[in-house]
Amino acid sequence: MDAGRSSQPGVMKHRMSMERKSERELVVTRTINAPPRLVFEAWTRAELFQRWWVPKSLGLTLLSCELDVRVGGGYRLVFSHPAAPEGMAFHGRYLEVTPPSRLVWTNDEAGGNGQVTTVTFEDRAGQTLLVVHELYPSKEALDEDIGSGSTSWNDETFDQLDELLASTSRLE
Amino acid sequence: MVQYFSADLDATFAALSDATRRGVLEHLARADASITDLAERFRMTLTGMKKHVGVLEQAGLVTTEKVGRVRNCTLGLRRLEQEAMWIESYRQRWDARFDALDTVVEELKRKEKTDGRRKK
Repeated sequence: MDAGRSSQPGVMKHRMSMERKSERELVVTRTINAPPRLVFEAWTRAELFQRWWVPKSLGLTLLSCELDVRVGGGYRLVFSHPAAPEGMAFHGRYLEVTPPSRLVWTNDEAGGNGQVTTVTFEDRAGQTLLVVHELYPSKEALDEDIGSGSTSWNDETFDQLDELLASTSRLE
Repeated sequence: MVQYFSADLDATFAALSDATRRGVLEHLARADASITDLAERFRMTLTGMKKHVGVLEQAGLVTTEKVGRVRNCTLGLRRLEQEAMWIESYRQRWDARFDALDTVVEELKRKEKTDGRRKK
């Protein structure tokens, strides 16, 4: 988990903040220790993007990554997961591309019910304040994402179920 | 807490009192499945399996989602737990991404420095 840290002096990991801003919006902010120009590059060049977008700790393997970063251009990422070895595709279109300060794209795998992701890159004295804003078309769409269980496949889920079952049998 | 959850526990207990439904949960713990898949696996009619899945869904143990003509079943949790866990895993995903992004960006910075030196 120390992938982001470095033994070099002066290189530090910044704190991330996250907020559910409304019933259909999520906002994540984080400062990156480099100017927007470089950070933007890491978001828009496929060979760089694929090195960080799918960290190992997610348990996913990236099979392919195509980014056509221009207004109207598409992206397509294919992952494999032990539960879906044949691969799952995530895809969408870029709505706005303003180097090095703003990127907006759609998430179309949910069949038109997906969120629109806006990322802004703000220069803060040579560092970059990243703001990732995800806007779902409706409360129901976000609820559906939450309810899909796609991200709850972990040990914690099963531990909770075990606990629930244990408490149920105790009441018996 | 116990009072708050007791109605839920009744539903959970009722849902788990049946061997087929326990089997369905075990199966879904390994992989998602459609109602048709489950009906075949447990050798019963579609209608019969729909009823079982309905009971599990009511108890908050399974969630279902219709994809085209197929109803897909996933191991589910109660709404609040599920929401808290989803938010937490969303946070963790971005946190891990940003850590990895730090590494990539540090490399870009170093590369720019050495390239810059070479040009001079």
